[in-house]
Amino acid sequence: MKSQTLQNKLAILSDAAKYDASCASSGSTKRDSRDGKGLGSNNGAGICHAYAPDGRCISLLKILMTNFCIYDCAYCVNRVSSNIERARFTVDEVVKLTIEFYRRNYIEGLFLSSGIIRSPDVTMSDMVQIARKLRGEENFRGYIHLKTIPDAAPELIAEAGRLADRLSINVELPTDTSVTQYAPEKDPGQIRRAMAYVKTRKVESSDKSHTGKRPPKFAPAGQSTQVIVGADASNDATILGQSTRLYSSYGLKRVYYSAFSPIPDSTKALPLVRPPLQREHRLYQADWLLRFYGFELDEITGVTADGNLELDYDPKLAWALAHQGLFPVDVNKASRELLLRVPGFGVKTVNRILTTRRHRTLRYEDLTRMGVPMKKARTFVTAGGWSPGGLIDSANLRAQFAPPPEQLTLL
Amino acid sequence: MSHRITLPRIGTAQAWRDAARGLLGAGVPPADIAWGDEDAPAGLFDAAPAPPASGAITVPRSFLSLAQSVVWHSDPARFALLYRVLWRSQDAPHLMTDRADADLAALRRMEKNVHRCQHKMKAFVRFRDLGSASDARRSFVAWFEPTHHTVEPTAPFFARRFGDMDWRILTPDVSASFIGGELTFHEGQEKPPLPEDASEELWTTYFRNIFNPARLKVKAMQSEMPKKYWKNMPEAAAIPELIASAPARVRAMNEAAPTLPPLRAGKVEKQLAAFGSRWSGSRDELSAQISACTRCPLYCMATQAVPGEGPSQAALMIVGEQPGDQEDLQGRPFVGPAGQLFDRLAGEVDFARTTAFVTNAVKHFKFKPQGRRRLHQRPNTSEIDQCKWWLDAERATVQPKVILAMGATAATALTGDGRGIGTRRGRVSTLEDGTALILTYHPSYMLRLRDTDQRAQAEEAFRQDLALAHRLSRSISTERPVEEDGAPMRRAH
Repeated sequence: MKSQTLQNKLAILSDAAKYDASCASSGSTKRDSRDGKGLGSNNGAGICHAYAPDGRCISLLKILMTNFCIYDCAYCVNRVSSNIERARFTVDEVVKLTIEFYRRNYIEGLFLSSGIIRSPDVTMSDMVQIARKLRGEENFRGYIHLKTIPDAAPELIAEAGRLADRLSINVELPTDTSVTQYAPEKDPGQIRRAMAYVKTRKVESSDKSHTGKRPPKFAPAGQSTQVIVGADASNDATILGQSTRLYSSYGLKRVYYSAFSPIPDSTKALPLVRPPLQREHRLYQADWLLRFYGFELDEITGVTADGNLELDYDPKLAWALAHQGLFPVDVNKASRELLLRVPGFGVKTVNRILTTRRHRTLRYEDLTRMGVPMKKARTFVTAGGWSPGGLIDSANLRAQFAPPPEQLTLL
Repeated sequence: MSHRITLPRIGTAQAWRDAARGLLGAGVPPADIAWGDEDAPAGLFDAAPAPPASGAITVPRSFLSLAQSVVWHSDPARFALLYRVLWRSQDAPHLMTDRADADLAALRRMEKNVHRCQHKMKAFVRFRDLGSASDARRSFVAWFEPTHHTVEPTAPFFARRFGDMDWRILTPDVSASFIGGELTFHEGQEKPPLPEDASEELWTTYFRNIFNPARLKVKAMQSEMPKKYWKNMPEAAAIPELIASAPARVRAMNEAAPTLPPLRAGKVEKQLAAFGSRWSGSRDELSAQISACTRCPLYCMATQAVPGEGPSQAALMIVGEQPGDQEDLQGRPFVGPAGQLFDRLAGEVDFARTTAFVTNAVKHFKFKPQGRRRLHQRPNTSEIDQCKWWLDAERATVQPKVILAMGATAATALTGDGRGIGTRRGRVSTLEDGTALILTYHPSYMLRLRDTDQRAQAEEAFRQDLALAHRLSRSISTERPVEEDGAPMRRAH
């Protein structure tokens, strides 16, 4: 094989990594290098250092260690049966790229993933070696996210958790049946067992010993996963049902939804489609409602007959339109739970309403001044000097919130 | 009497705070003060020195943090507005929590602008390598054009982050430099010539390739990375071409006919068959079969099946209901709260759990997700029936002399009836294959009892039943000693 330059390899191995949605660098332990003995800091909040024209944040150097892979997952650009160009970084190359990019303030850290080469253990141990070198030799205090190979030995996963801020294992598809169909070498049970192992280790690491000592931190920014949307026939109720199980079982920080998007050299088994970006967006909205707004799964997915979220209406608005009888709510009296259900009101807005209404009776213009998007919310609330009147009862309420007709594009 | 206060460009926050305290202490009303930046044109009045601070002034803490940000805004009116709110807060102590107040809303807007500007500075400053300043420290420089006066409040962030290198951030407003661990500020300057840096080409390569042409969303990019920042970011030069070529790249992907797999694929497939996963390593056949069970839908929800554990020839088999949250995560039976209660009660009657084979009537955890917790759900008859196949298999393998069935589910699995445990417990009955059976409460039943008397009674009953089962198993199996350290049926990975 002809030798590749570092730039060639970087091109190949970042191209191969772009289908992983996660680029978060938030939620880890606070640390810095003000002592002059290391490089990097983390203050809990992530920073997006650039945005690509796909609108996605670039926070981490997101690369594959290698895109050689012995698995044959139909949705994946790196599957063994694909004819794309292959490359492999050495451990030192990844370390150097990370450090040099970090020093120039391009990134918050490294998100390292990999194709499976030779065996899961060999792959995972190379990844762990990169993290060990960054932390040990380079005194790197930035963010490290390691993709965990579910079949790797527990000792390797344990060391990965001690070095990295976040571990992730992708469940890939919404049902076990789909995984078996499209990723024949992957075992959904094994993926769940690995997530259970990470959770157990994380819980252990937060228990103080009888002397009050804390064990070393284990993946302080938690674990996350990703599921591909639109590759199989699962509906949104199935996808969100899986998410609620994952959140409750393994304490995941995030479930990422990734719209299946065209890849070079696709397989016959999985025809390419236009990526369902709007559906992906609605799933994230629903995911938030489930976690932070007190919605139950059936409430969100029960609005439509086929168990899919409406694409033209966000899930909260869709729920409100199906429950017009509960509205309008009085912003000066309603409970927190009810306010959270008003379309347009976010958690911050509701908190502001609750503190401000101790001082005064809230009027319509007070709400606008507080930054509430009243265009959407006004139909569903009453406030001082404001009542939606017939708006809420009008028969064509749905039509009023319909998105403007889309112009056809010549794509 | 009018005052004209001019504040310096460097150290603005402290200067404003000192001036405001003095003026407030002297009772100067907002209308009598003209505030100005260093470069604001001189007004009609000569700059009057700030009156000295007199007496203690109390200022809401939240106002201070608001002021710390707002002073860096570029709007010349910010100082006057801050002072007016400070003045008003003296008579209205709760003013700061009123989100609908117009003055405060204006200040909050400015605060938000400054925070955003600080955030973008942290994100978009791009350093270039100047080589090594000394043996120990490398040296970098950046040119940046902030919208507000954000260099001073943001520089400590860079000092914390880049502690082991020297750096300078030059701007037209104020410049910051961090040399040998010391942070200093200087006047703004014109853009100097900067050295070339080879890493910028690598970074642009990364930027081009991490972009997914099938997801073009230019507006989303621009709202987070406004064009005004582009000229100082090396990667931004690639943006126009990436946008222009995206549709053609997607079309090419869609039109490309599927290719044949490379030769390598066939070889790899053969090799792959040889690699066993370490986690699915050596296991008894039965345990492996249980783990692979898909007889009922519970397997899709749970992490893993939890087979029984204990000496393979144990005389006593203890059957619980189903794995709980902890058992499901760890893959071992009786490790959660109910298992711990079991161990405590067993210890009180000198019974070691390791001498018995412990298992569950249902091998997968059944639950309902609720937020970040999982609520236990009782398995239904069909699930118990499906799983009985495995319980019977375990009974056939271990061949216990006595079975202690804890709770309704275990009773259902073994006798077909789970009702009335309270009246049926504590007596020895015989199963169809001759195994002795004793029913008792499930430990989780005792955990749920709130009444301490009831709980003590139930615990006493449980101890008696366990002791009875233990005695019985020893007397029946005198000819076959229990293996204290018998090889367990299965070990968790």
